[in-house]
Amino acid sequence: MSIPITLTVNGSAREIHLDDPRVTLLDLLRERLDLTGTKKGCDRGQCGACTVLVDGRRVNACLALAVSLDGAEILTIEGLARGGELHPVQAAFLAHDGFQCGFCTPGQIMSAVGLIREGWAGSDHERVREAMSGNICRCGAYQGITEAVLAAQETMKAEDAA
Amino acid sequence: MSERVRHGAAIGADLTRLDGPDKVTGAARYAADFRFDGLLHAVMAVSGIARGRVTGLDVTAAEAHPGVVRVMTPANAPKLAQSPDAKDGPFAFKLDLLQDDGVRYANQPVAVVIAETLEAATEGARLLAPRYAAEDVRVGLDGEPFVPEAVGPGAPTRAGYGDVAAGLSAAHTRIEATYETAAQYHNALEPHAAVASWEGDHLTLYTPSQALAMATGRIAALFGIPPGNIHIVCHYLGGGFGSKALVTPPQFLGIMAARLVGRPVKLVTRREQMFGPVGHRAATRQTLKLGAEADGTLTAWDHHTLTQTSRYDDFIEPSGIISRNLYASPALASTHEAVRVDIATPIFMRAPGEASGSVAIESALDELAAELNLDPLELRLRNYAEVEPVSKKPFSSKALRDCYARGAERFGWASRPKAPRQMRNADGLLVGWGMGTATYPASMFQAEARAVIRADGSALVETAQHDMGQGAWTSLAQIAADGLGLPLDSVTLSIGHNRLPNGGLAGGSTATATAGTALHTAGQAAIAALAELAVNDPASPLYGAGNAGVVSAGGRLARRDDSSRSESFSEILARAGRDSVEARGTGASDPAAKKAYAMHAHGAVFAEVLVDPDLGQIRVSRLVGAFAAGRIVNPRLVRSQYYGGMIWGVSFALHEHAAMDARTGRFLNNNLAEYHLPVNADIPTMEAILVPEEDPHVNPLGIKGVGEIGITGTAGAIANAVWHATGVRVRDIPITLDKVLG
Amino acid sequence: MNRFDYVRAGSVAEAVAASAAPGAAYLAAGTNLLDLMKGGLATPATLVDITRIPGLSSIESLPDGSTRIGALVRNSDLAHDAGFAARYPAVAEALLSGASAQLRNAATTAGNLMQRTRCPYFYDPASACNKREAGAGCAAIGGETRLHAVLGFSEACIAVHPSDLCVPLAALDAAVEIEGPKGTRTVPLTEFHRLPGDAPERDTVLEPGELIVAVRLPPEAAGFSAHARYLKIRERTSYAFALVSAAAMLRLDGGRIGAARLALGGVALKPWRARGAEDLLAGREPDATAFREAAEAALEGAHASGEANAFKIELARRVVTRALQRALAGTPERVPALPASPFADAPASRRALPQAFPQAGATAHV
Repeated sequence: MSIPITLTVNGSAREIHLDDPRVTLLDLLRERLDLTGTKKGCDRGQCGACTVLVDGRRVNACLALAVSLDGAEILTIEGLARGGELHPVQAAFLAHDGFQCGFCTPGQIMSAVGLIREGWAGSDHERVREAMSGNICRCGAYQGITEAVLAAQETMKAEDAA
Repeated sequence: MSERVRHGAAIGADLTRLDGPDKVTGAARYAADFRFDGLLHAVMAVSGIARGRVTGLDVTAAEAHPGVVRVMTPANAPKLAQSPDAKDGPFAFKLDLLQDDGVRYANQPVAVVIAETLEAATEGARLLAPRYAAEDVRVGLDGEPFVPEAVGPGAPTRAGYGDVAAGLSAAHTRIEATYETAAQYHNALEPHAAVASWEGDHLTLYTPSQALAMATGRIAALFGIPPGNIHIVCHYLGGGFGSKALVTPPQFLGIMAARLVGRPVKLVTRREQMFGPVGHRAATRQTLKLGAEADGTLTAWDHHTLTQTSRYDDFIEPSGIISRNLYASPALASTHEAVRVDIATPIFMRAPGEASGSVAIESALDELAAELNLDPLELRLRNYAEVEPVSKKPFSSKALRDCYARGAERFGWASRPKAPRQMRNADGLLVGWGMGTATYPASMFQAEARAVIRADGSALVETAQHDMGQGAWTSLAQIAADGLGLPLDSVTLSIGHNRLPNGGLAGGSTATATAGTALHTAGQAAIAALAELAVNDPASPLYGAGNAGVVSAGGRLARRDDSSRSESFSEILARAGRDSVEARGTGASDPAAKKAYAMHAHGAVFAEVLVDPDLGQIRVSRLVGAFAAGRIVNPRLVRSQYYGGMIWGVSFALHEHAAMDARTGRFLNNNLAEYHLPVNADIPTMEAILVPEEDPHVNPLGIKGVGEIGITGTAGAIANAVWHATGVRVRDIPITLDKVLG
Repeated sequence: MNRFDYVRAGSVAEAVAASAAPGAAYLAAGTNLLDLMKGGLATPATLVDITRIPGLSSIESLPDGSTRIGALVRNSDLAHDAGFAARYPAVAEALLSGASAQLRNAATTAGNLMQRTRCPYFYDPASACNKREAGAGCAAIGGETRLHAVLGFSEACIAVHPSDLCVPLAALDAAVEIEGPKGTRTVPLTEFHRLPGDAPERDTVLEPGELIVAVRLPPEAAGFSAHARYLKIRERTSYAFALVSAAAMLRLDGGRIGAARLALGGVALKPWRARGAEDLLAGREPDATAFREAAEAALEGAHASGEANAFKIELARRVVTRALQRALAGTPERVPALPASPFADAPASRRALPQAFPQAGATAHV
């Protein structure tokens, strides 16, 4: 059985022939498209390591069937940097040491990008903490993560204004 | 000794992580991110009982599922060259590798399904639907205790001195309290994974390892192949915390599956399978009996630990060891017992022993302070150990008084009312303050390193160390650069695979000190070899200076007595007609220093919690830690280690507990939705104060480890803050809201 | 995950027709269904994907003053819809206190109604569970029951329903619009979920093939917007299921309570509407005595389903009392930074940065 779907992945339209309807977006990215930046931490929507943007919204890639997303636009960690230059969120995570082992980091960063697009947390630390609570960091880098999200948001605002 | 240390610009620099760009772009590859051509996927089926035998597996159903290639069971699993139950050292633990049909704990692997796709392997594993002959199960702490031979990896079960009974009976004030700590599971975000490929008797393996050399040795022994046939690559671990110090059953099963089918295989542990086969921190029940004079001076200290181990192997959570190192008492006992139950063997988990022991002793001291109507910090200062209590050795360095003072000042501790339930915030929430002392040994394992100075003046340094988030890629490069006298960007560091000099272990807070010392000595030896070329060459401006008369800085060697006479590394090599010079170095503790001194890092942690007076929900609102751990290689990374440890302390005090059905030994929250780790909203703004400390004895670099100390002190500080907020003393850790509801 | 046939429905009629296949299940976002399938707890033979059906994704204000929430409206879209949140603030607060931002971005209104219990024995295929397999027995009874039901349970099942959204919906007399092989019907939300009785395998009153197409809030539901709160006690500050929760809403009439609405979560296998407490509050002055009496009434008949969950009864009373106090204090202009949390009501400035640490100690003694 082969199910044809179309996805735009990191800006490129891809015709994908799914060999199995059971394939999740996460396993499609990791096992079939070799986009392994998106991580599998729990596979059950309980850790956030697989966070990607689907049509601009942050979601858990482990709990979405690829076949159901036919036609969607997917943005993963690999599609964030432009021409070798880090996205402001990536740069802020680096500057604020918002990670240690790095395994949850792609999910944290994509979640932060999604949050900044959503725009509802503003510069309130508490709202940022709440809004980033879907991404577990076992190393305990939360302080740096919160600082990084706030700093990146300021950078992006300034860039937009310029 | 400090004479031997080069003071370059790199050590102490507040650099961002050199591996950071790879980690923030998704380019950093962890074990499960690798693949081979023709790769198959393997998924484990695990046991639904905790004790007994597997009597049936529906292999036919699994193999009939499209895409399934093979089912590995005890009937066809590759036979091993050595029993996986062989114990040939303190780091050899018994493994369940499908060599028989026995079940000794819930979630033990009972089969592996190998398939063309992950989806097929996953469903194949479900279709096996094992049948069992189950036996009665016992879990919990209420069994027949025994006195183990050793605790932790080889520490004495009992230690102490003086007449504890007499000290207790002579005391002005006594407390006796029993604390329980829950079983905890490491739950690194990266599940244990193996991507394995065999070519004949040669194995290439991507797997997370905190100890590549030990991993190589155990794999070689079990498969009966020379260690040189094994290539393990692990550039990054997605967290380890002790659970990846030793190769675990899932990783071995991945290797075995590849051998069985003769194709490369990837096996990734499912999250629910991370509870059982990959180790945990055992539950404890600790009884503290403390006696003190009216002024708080201790008269006796008795710390007894009861813990659990498996029925088939020993690892004893060494909760009592911390009592041997921390507070002065004229009489002291630190003892352990254990019960055997139907669980998988526990293992080291971040600050093994110290974390569970710390929460008990810091709570007990808080109870004693309350009885004495003494400030808890004052009580600790009254019993400050000037020498290590049991060994009576002086400390190699101990800036704990500074930690207390700086932490207390920053926190505002002086205004703390002694009685509980005295403070509320503007919303009517109870506010409580607590503190605890942090400590962790400054140990070293053994490591080797190689340094090569190349014709272009740059250097390659290598050691088989591991980056699991502590920052090895950065801190080791910083140390190596200073050892060579080169700017950081002229040094290439190679770590993360086993065909490098043995880098030791990333565990026990030893990695940076041990591998750093090896890199430092290798660099020094390479510089000495380079100097040798120059000082014996009449054409060199360094001619005749003698090795000791030369210093290295900025990629040049210069005369110690005349820095204007210098020469670049590349000039020296070019004239000597050499492509490179290289040298090796080792890192290990100095036996003489270890005999003479007790070596520990110290700290003080202050916590504020908010507790809803009616609803019991608890939230940490402030955390300040002040830590002294010798020389700080990179303050940014060190702070992150402290923060991480302190968050583990929050988790220990308030969140983590593995729920297990007492009747069946099965897990009830083996997932990340209900095995609660703190989320971002649980963590307040934190501070970690780096208290200066020079240690001339601990190692040539003066470095103590920082990876584990943060969890100690913190859990107790939070428990004490909850008491201070509520007046309710919870001795059953973690402190969940039902336990503080009045 | 078992193998299944995948059918993408273009209309409700197509979906209902496709669901006639044996073992068919509807797939919306899949945030719960895929979790269940990965655990081997759901094994549908056919998945009927309803996400492409037009017309199920809008929030409509109907001429009679009621609001119709399409089955596929995402939790985050509903919570962040300014008009909706203004009219039904407790619903928005409940939504934002559930799961994580990622899950709320995917999960749908109808899917929330359909989510299954988090009882650990239900989730453990090696344990007996009447909900998973009729007649298999209930391993939770006599087991680890700290999180289990204190109301409406039976000897067959002591699980609780995990939804936050359903709690204020139950309080507000929401109705569930259903289409199925036999046509259309509407069921009050309070009658949509089933108590376990002797058939805990059935979570809801849905018949085979029936599909939720919308949830409707009646005109009077918006009348509580000035005094509407959701309070959720949980074991971490965020991203946790409720231990106990309550939605409390008041309509004040002069100095008295004109009408009250109250429902609890985390106490039973369905959102627990406390009509007795509502009746008791109507016409009363909104004071501590009235709230405490309401709390007692709300938990009338409660008893522990296991030793370890007895604490939930008194906790639930206190949650009701606090939720009523919060409702009385008035709906905040904006959903608090920590929605539904006991820690929600402090001004953010005081928690942001600990520059003035010692001040907490200077506050009032109790």
